[in-house]
Amino acid sequence: MKHLASGAALALVLATPAFAQDDTMVIGVSIPAATHGWAGGMNYFAQAAIERLSETYPNLEFVLATASDPGRQVNDIEDMVATRNIDALVVLPFESEPLTGPVQNVKQSGAWVTVVDRGLSVEGIQDLYVAGDNPGFGRVSGEYMVEAMPDGGNIVVLRGIPTSIDNERVEGFETAIEGSGIEILGMEHGNWNRDESFTVMQDFLQRHPQIDAVWASDDDMAMGVLGAIEAAGRDDIQFVLGGAGMKEMIKRTMDGDAMIPANVTYPPSMIATAIEITAVGLVSQAPVSGEFIIGSVLVTPENAETYYYPDSPF
Amino acid sequence: MKAAAILPRNLPMGVIGPILALVVLMAVGASMNENFLGWNNLSNVLARSAFIGIIAVGMTFVITAGGLDLSVGSMAAFIAGLMIMVMNALLPTLGVGIPVVLAGMAVALLAGLAAGLLNGLLITGLKIEAFIVTLGSMGIYRSLVTWLADGGTLSLDFTLRTFYQPVYYGGLFGIGWPIIVFAVVVVVGEVIMRSTTFGRHCAAVGSNEQVAKYSSVRVGRIRLMTYAALGLLVGVATIMYVPRLGSASSATGVLWELEAIAAVIIGGTVLKGGFGRVWGTVLGVLILSMIGNILNLTDFVSPYLNGAIQGAIIILAVVLQRETKAGT
Repeated sequence: MKHLASGAALALVLATPAFAQDDTMVIGVSIPAATHGWAGGMNYFAQAAIERLSETYPNLEFVLATASDPGRQVNDIEDMVATRNIDALVVLPFESEPLTGPVQNVKQSGAWVTVVDRGLSVEGIQDLYVAGDNPGFGRVSGEYMVEAMPDGGNIVVLRGIPTSIDNERVEGFETAIEGSGIEILGMEHGNWNRDESFTVMQDFLQRHPQIDAVWASDDDMAMGVLGAIEAAGRDDIQFVLGGAGMKEMIKRTMDGDAMIPANVTYPPSMIATAIEITAVGLVSQAPVSGEFIIGSVLVTPENAETYYYPDSPF
Repeated sequence: MKAAAILPRNLPMGVIGPILALVVLMAVGASMNENFLGWNNLSNVLARSAFIGIIAVGMTFVITAGGLDLSVGSMAAFIAGLMIMVMNALLPTLGVGIPVVLAGMAVALLAGLAAGLLNGLLITGLKIEAFIVTLGSMGIYRSLVTWLADGGTLSLDFTLRTFYQPVYYGGLFGIGWPIIVFAVVVVVGEVIMRSTTFGRHCAAVGSNEQVAKYSSVRVGRIRLMTYAALGLLVGVATIMYVPRLGSASSATGVLWELEAIAAVIIGGTVLKGGFGRVWGTVLGVLILSMIGNILNLTDFVSPYLNGAIQGAIIILAVVLQRETKAGT
């Protein structure tokens, strides 16, 4: 008993200065607001990761800010530095250019910087880079198309919001289907939006009497495409390939829906990966700087269960 | 009304402007794609125009009475979300059937009316600028729908969606319901604008508030009624919108308010108030959605430039009308 008491006292003595010295460390997380499905999923995974890590590491504190445009995101980050004195920043930049300067300032203030998904326009600012694989996303989608249509065929493509991300994906896709006999009849921007994709697909259906498959390149857009096909009552389209792993779409693949035979991941949970690794870097001796690229994986009925998160809003 | 009296010898450009623009667009469309004038394509375009169109008819009254409403897009998203949640919640007790759908429709109409009244009361009661009030409510409704959806998407139960779908995809004699409802709203709107006291009062209030007041027009009440009517029409549009894809998210109805306002102005209604034209608004809506349709049916211009073409045609349609104003 005596030993135990003195042990505890000793531990307390040893622990106290450590606490006093370190105090708590603050991690700022700045992400775009939940304005579309994927971003909604990302917000959910960010909150879930923060909740879990706050419980696991009582000496870590988190500040989460969501911004609806790049300007507001810069304000958020400046506020974090000015009022919360953050030790680390995890940022998913709304746009690379406008965020580069402000994030550089955070770095110069001595904080750890983790950049997620979109790189900054100056190299070497961040300590850690966590991202999805956009060219890979396009490549895996293209390879699946080639495999699913060995004799070639006619497809239409819906693109996202005109950005470098979208360009990388489409380039990856086009390279993968080169020389396979698959012909792209038309490409239009559906802007990662259900309603706009519905409209674009309706017009594609008017324009092309024979379409074998659709690369919707995103699950929100695939929902709009499916609505248009259903309404037109067309049965020439064999399947629609979406992407990013929306739970409803993963479920349909899992259940063997012939129209949605596969999906390609681009996980919104990558923000959780980034927050977790940053936290580990702050609280432990484990080195975590560098790059962490999360591969895009082909989801098929066989492995769909692994990628099904019924609790996520996306 | 003056213009109608001088007809037809010197038909003013203000009347022909939007008609001419639409005719030119249709000719361009037909020359670029043979399916353009096909019934399938036209009915697609008309049906998808119906949401903005129904809202724009209400917006015509608000603008004619000298007001403005920036909140209609967010309002539509919020009402759609609310409607989906209520219908999903009632599903276990009522089962898939007409009662659930009717309950959903009632929710949409009531919520729309309430939202419109709220805007109107803040504007007329507290005398706050319409721009400010509706800018505020735009943010509120957008956040509310994001919050209701937990940042994701609210989806109507699948079996219920299948049951409710005919409200968008079905119709009478091959004419879709959204087109029919749109047409009814337009006819009623045109009659109210042209031949009722309310319509004349709207123009009077928008033209000169002081004079209207001295002519014993109840300015506040007229304004309030225009906002309430617009809210109600947003509810009607939502009833047609929800069965299409059965979902609502924070991306629903983005920029609808600007499209509706643009349609009203292209149609010849004066942005400062005092003169409104419902049939013109219909042309405005059709011009806007037809441009998008034509651009999707051809590879003529880079898709990056779609917005620029739309912008140019909006400005052109208004320039065509300005000519008349100088003339008359």
